Amino acid sequence: MIPVCRLEDLPEGESVRVETTPPVAVFHTEEGELYAVDDTCTHQDASLSQGWLEGRQVECPLHAASFDLRTGQPTCLPARRPVRTHRVTVEDGVVHVHLTVAEGTAAWARSTPVVPSAPQAHSPSAAEGTRTA
Amino acid sequence: MRTVTVVGASLSGLYAARELRSQGFDGRLVVIGDELHRPYDRPPLSKGFLTGRTDEAGLELADPEETAELDAEWLLGTRARGLDPRGRTVVLDDGRTLSTDAVVIATGASARRLPGRHPAGVHTLRTLDDALALRHELTRGPRRVVVIGAGFIGAETASSCAALGHEVTVVEAAPLPLVPQLGPDMAAVCARLHQRAGVRLITGTGVAGLRGTDTVSGVVPAHGALLPADIVVAGVGVTPNTDWLAGSTLALNDGVLCDDGCTTSLPHVVAVGDVARIGGLRAEHWTAATEQPRVAVANLLAGRTVETVRSVPYFWSDQYGARIQFAGRREDGDTVRITEGDAVDPAGGGFLALYERAGRTTAVLAVDRPRSFMRVRRELVRAKERVESATR
Repeated sequence: MIPVCRLEDLPEGESVRVETTPPVAVFHTEEGELYAVDDTCTHQDASLSQGWLEGRQVECPLHAASFDLRTGQPTCLPARRPVRTHRVTVEDGVVHVHLTVAEGTAAWARSTPVVPSAPQAHSPSAAEGTRTA
Repeated sequence: MRTVTVVGASLSGLYAARELRSQGFDGRLVVIGDELHRPYDRPPLSKGFLTGRTDEAGLELADPEETAELDAEWLLGTRARGLDPRGRTVVLDDGRTLSTDAVVIATGASARRLPGRHPAGVHTLRTLDDALALRHELTRGPRRVVVIGAGFIGAETASSCAALGHEVTVVEAAPLPLVPQLGPDMAAVCARLHQRAGVRLITGTGVAGLRGTDTVSGVVPAHGALLPADIVVAGVGVTPNTDWLAGSTLALNDGVLCDDGCTTSLPHVVAVGDVARIGGLRAEHWTAATEQPRVAVANLLAGRTVETVRSVPYFWSDQYGARIQFAGRREDGDTVRITEGDAVDPAGGGFLALYERAGRTTAVLAVDRPRSFMRVRRELVRAKERVESATR
């Protein structure tokens, strides 16, 4: 479990890069949800924390590959492989990321992000279907 | 439509094959490629692949699962030699012919070579085999590398060679590199990246010839002293691969002439990627090669132009640890305004520059400012859509 920053220092719509190995990007969506995924786009070397956050998707700033933050799955080309997702919790006002250990397992698909500020719970089963190009 | 032939197992060729399937074509799909390799991504060749950070697997554009789903016949290592006047038969270089109902031309472009004979040690960098050959030579200890041409391929190759510890000189015929793309002010900024990395940049001189009989030993500039070299890389532009279309009825002029929808004078023949001159413009950019196939295939399946390519040009370049991104259409006379960061020291945290004309933003350049760049690029796309919907 790695402390990232105070929640108030990560406003909604913003993201932060955590210098782990490999680096992780933590997103605070406009809806108040927190997600963490591996920061490096699986298509080519670019930082997703610098990407365009829209809803629960992030678009890579280099080639516009897009990923679903809930599952890590790419939602359009050119990325074809998912990014790993990581669990995020908030304790005493501090955002923590729980690094996913196993790579390429189903573990990442089941990690459920917490909803820290605005508790509009989203069902993991609803609207999980990912679009493929 | 029973058979569609994609000529060119390239980035745009693969995207065309994908679009054909995703837009509902379920007939016979043939992809012809003159290289033995399956479609691969070229941008890393001058960067991560040359420095050894990316391997061949990292260049693959489609995994076996997707390749199987495409259900295409791949004729690799096979060059197309001709297209009959009606555009219904593709002639292959072994004399075989292929009857087809429609053709997607995606034959790309070839690296321009220096005139005259090439002794060993002289390279171009366009294909995977080119990159393998150059990479092999770069692993044999410190070398004196002379790169001819300071465009994107030249600059990226020079950057990679410098990162590998070689002694690098870049020779550029123009007074500044990248002026056509970036304009004089920003070209000057990017030129500083070379010097910061310890690469010698010589501008304003062409190359009169090469020295060396079996193996290259130097580059003779048109002005100035001989440049000793163990390796020479020519990054002097590309020529669209249209020779094979000489006997066809298609109009050719530095590319295959197409309307705004990638359609040639034959409605069942479309062209995409570097080889296509679409609405008067030929774009040699990765993004264009991935965007055009959707429109081209829609028009091909419709039998006429029902959609046009409407995109804001975009390219990027990674050199000397800096990421350069550019979008829009710059014109000479646009004013350049630095809105973020410091352009005097381009490697020191990056900057964002807006190109403006008559109060409108025409283009944007960023060095290491991906997020701000993305925001402006999106604004440019939206502005273009507004203009187009207003004029339609």
